[in-house]
Amino acid sequence: MTSSRPKIDFDAKIPNNVDLASDRKLQRALERWQPNFLDWWGDMGPAVDTKDVYLRTAVDVGREGWAHFDHVPMNEYRWGVFLSEHDPDRKIAFGEHKGEPVWQEVPGEYRADLQRLIVIQGDTEPASVEQQRFLGATAPSLYDMRNLFQVNVEEGRHLWAMVYLLHAYFGRAGREEADQLLARNSGSDDSPRILGAFNEETPDWLSFYMFTYFTDRDGKYQLGTLKESGFDPLSRTCEFMLKEEAHHMFVGTTGIDRVVTRTAQLMNEHDSEDVAGAGGIPLDMIQKYINFHYTVSLDLFGNESSTNAANYFTAGLKGRWQEERRKDDHVLTDDAGAVDAVRDGQITTTEVPALLALNQDLRSEYIGDCSNGLKRWNRILEKHGIDARLSLPHVGFNRQVGAFAGQRISPEGKMISEDEWQRNEGRWLPTEVDKTHVRGLMHPVLEPGKIASWIAPPTNGINDKPVDFEYVHFN
Amino acid sequence: MTVVEDAPAPTPGEQAHPETVPQVDFDTDPTRYRHWRLEVDGETAWVYLDVAEDGGLVPGYELKLNSYDLGVDIELYDITQRLRFSHPEVRSVVLTSGKDSNFCAGANIRMLAQSSHPWKVNFCKFTNETRNGIEDMTAHSGQTWVAALNGTAAGGGYEMALACETILLVNDRSSAVALPEVPLLGVLPGTGGLTRVTDKRHVRKDRADIFATKSEGFQGPKAVEWKLVDETVSRKQWDETVRARAAEAAATSNRPADAQGIELPPLQREVTEDAITYPNVRCAIDRQARTATITVLGPEPGTVPESLDRIHALGADFWPLAMTRELDDLILRLRTNELDIGTWLIKTQGSVEGALAFERVIAEHSGSDWLVNEIRHYFKRTLKRLDVTSRSLIALVEPGSCFAGALLELALACDRQYMLEGIFEDADEEQEPAQIVVTESTFGAFPMGNGLTRLQSRFYGDDETVAALHERVGERLTGAEAEEAGLVTDAPDDIDWEDEIRILLEERASLSPDALTGMEANHRFVGPETMETRIFGRLTAWQNWIFIRPNASGAEGALRRYGTGRKADFDKKRV
Ligand SMILES: [Fe+2]
Ligand SMILES: [Fe+2]
Repeated sequence: MTSSRPKIDFDAKIPNNVDLASDRKLQRALERWQPNFLDWWGDMGPAVDTKDVYLRTAVDVGREGWAHFDHVPMNEYRWGVFLSEHDPDRKIAFGEHKGEPVWQEVPGEYRADLQRLIVIQGDTEPASVEQQRFLGATAPSLYDMRNLFQVNVEEGRHLWAMVYLLHAYFGRAGREEADQLLARNSGSDDSPRILGAFNEETPDWLSFYMFTYFTDRDGKYQLGTLKESGFDPLSRTCEFMLKEEAHHMFVGTTGIDRVVTRTAQLMNEHDSEDVAGAGGIPLDMIQKYINFHYTVSLDLFGNESSTNAANYFTAGLKGRWQEERRKDDHVLTDDAGAVDAVRDGQITTTEVPALLALNQDLRSEYIGDCSNGLKRWNRILEKHGIDARLSLPHVGFNRQVGAFAGQRISPEGKMISEDEWQRNEGRWLPTEVDKTHVRGLMHPVLEPGKIASWIAPPTNGINDKPVDFEYVHFN
Repeated sequence: MTVVEDAPAPTPGEQAHPETVPQVDFDTDPTRYRHWRLEVDGETAWVYLDVAEDGGLVPGYELKLNSYDLGVDIELYDITQRLRFSHPEVRSVVLTSGKDSNFCAGANIRMLAQSSHPWKVNFCKFTNETRNGIEDMTAHSGQTWVAALNGTAAGGGYEMALACETILLVNDRSSAVALPEVPLLGVLPGTGGLTRVTDKRHVRKDRADIFATKSEGFQGPKAVEWKLVDETVSRKQWDETVRARAAEAAATSNRPADAQGIELPPLQREVTEDAITYPNVRCAIDRQARTATITVLGPEPGTVPESLDRIHALGADFWPLAMTRELDDLILRLRTNELDIGTWLIKTQGSVEGALAFERVIAEHSGSDWLVNEIRHYFKRTLKRLDVTSRSLIALVEPGSCFAGALLELALACDRQYMLEGIFEDADEEQEPAQIVVTESTFGAFPMGNGLTRLQSRFYGDDETVAALHERVGERLTGAEAEEAGLVTDAPDDIDWEDEIRILLEERASLSPDALTGMEANHRFVGPETMETRIFGRLTAWQNWIFIRPNASGAEGALRRYGTGRKADFDKKRV
């Protein structure tokens, strides 16, 4: 019992729309967890010493509420718990429970699966904060630094959202899992984060933009499938998280926009592809970073053919992207699908029951979405009169998970020998030289309105503020 | 179990449909017996098996040759209970046949062939329990059983005799003892037969092998030589010898000569669609959740009888006996009639003080008074029924419960124990936090089939913990203390309770019932093997495996082909 602990004024400290003030269960869980979270934020959160940052805080789910801007000291950020609006008539849209009312409690039969899904999602949120811990020190502008911190606090809030579900619905086991989310750390030898991609460091800002474009986008798609869940609190939580995730994508998309723009400007200024000497990032280097981040993100979708995904779907735990807009029976027991395969040295496909092909289905949606960015960046090149183009490598390139794991496949999708791979790897993926060059460009620019050499300034500020607004105050 | 020699050919594909299986009632009394006669003559009771051919519990077979079905066994169980409680003067029991031609041909084969698998399993379990009970009577009740085989005892007939302390077989050059299940039916003598031949009668394993594969068995002299029976007696000397052996057995008894028995009146039981209610035990069935909540109502503190005379005067109304009878009946009914109800939630309700007060009465007198002694052993056997019940058993220890001493055994028999720490904060009435109490009885009064106490089984290999708990006899343990002491699985508080229990039950309900049955049986019976655990764990498990194999129950299997004139067609692969 916790009666001796000082009471926390929950509604003031933790903006929420889950009636925290009258939920003893949640209060008890959060009373214990919140101090640990703050400790974690202190130890593992942004390492730059700031006074306050111009941040958006969600104080409600309504249109006005979820984007409330102000300068706030980061350790006083109010991480809230929000679910999107409750729809009392919502029905399960797929699987064997299709048509039944959604669950407001965790069905015991699916406790383990749901808990696992939430833990895996929850584990990625603080992981990215940890990965980006030192980036603030080399921000190319105050605007970018502020965006980084915005992403960080929101990933922190996403952690809260998952912890809320664990605390509110999974009893003692849920509380223990919530503790573990703070105990694992990105890149730790003893207790690393669950997914491989979240144990890689984010050493520079190009990687950060790539991460927010490609890897956060995986998160968006995972959230999109969980938004379809028959477990209503999960669905509503994820729906609200997706709003914030959109901003993270924006940081990635416009970040790469600005890098490409700057590179194009330098290419034109110097009439040369080699803009490294001029303090820029050459186009082929950008391409290598795309190749790397895109392919490690593809790995996050798991095996093309997956019985887990099939079970989750059938059970009503995790749907497809835009499930309700799809024109089929939403049960899929009689349908077939094709998944990638490598047979006799050939890249081909295998027909499997549609239920088994759901991971690839989701990955295809993701790939389609990723290619939009490429179109955008190539338009920038085109506008600058540059003929070279950026592209997504073949889905089988550089893969560690699934049908292509262990295969040597070129970015163009050709099966190649180990020899050929070794000879070309440095042309396709970032080399130590590339990384050193990019890292070498990372110098902080802390003067309002000023920008680093390797990136173009943003076209607009945040929340209608000018670009040279003092987004971050220092002590 | 075995053989009705002239069984008519079963119709291929014939199987009892679940809906034709009746709701089984375990109530009976001597005025209603159809298959047995009970005659009490001074210190010896004569129990005659005299099966009514047309008295089968389920339509579809005739109980020829003194073969039996569950209905016959229910009456035998009633006889054992009446002898214990209503006939304290009885010191030996002669089990014999009321027919001229044979003793007993065992379980009815047509009945077995037409029965569903669960029916067969439940039938065999109950049969086993009754036979163990007969041995328990010899061991602890001063009522020694003598089998007087005045004709052939085959299969289950011989197994019944094996439960007796002494076996006499008439030597008439035709009567024999036999276990023909393997050679004739392709199944096992599965209600203790194989086990008792070796473990109790110490027949050499090669001889046991011959005996169990020789359908006609052995007549008297050879049966004696191989220790299958104790004595073989000519027809001329039969009656006299049987009487003499009965008298000798009676002489060893410690039963008082002048004791007055008590009546066992019919149980007061109200059965509705989803509830079975007795004065001291309540059961509520949730068909959707597939759970039964069993609440044992404890005694009130003020109702403890002040004297032994008063206990005897109360008789069947004496709370421990009344409660045990009701619980026994409930277990049997749920087990047989409610196959879909996979989880039983065990609760108690009443005052800890009251439970402890009754406990003291039992402890004080069970060594000296025959009735109190019987009640203790009856509760012991009822707990053993729980131990071998193929349902998930979950104890819920809540405020207002009285898991103290003997009643704590109910919780310890469960697969898991959940105890509320603190109280339900929004309860209407004022509550005291739940408490549990170990007492002396926790340490030996109610051993399990494996010979260990439930506490020893729980802490198997950890005598230190058991010894440490012994130091805490009488202490009222709260949820946190009980969890710390390892007596409960978990002690959630009010905030967590509802979710934890709900999720646990829903999760449980989603698991394979077969895997759960196997898992639970494995976990409940740790440590040493006894004849009892070998019968339930080894013999029965093998039998149940054989029952579902095509070689026994397939259309061409031995069980189905028996009596058709056609040989079984075996899949010859050894598995
Ligand atoms: Fe996130
Ligand atoms: Fe994100």
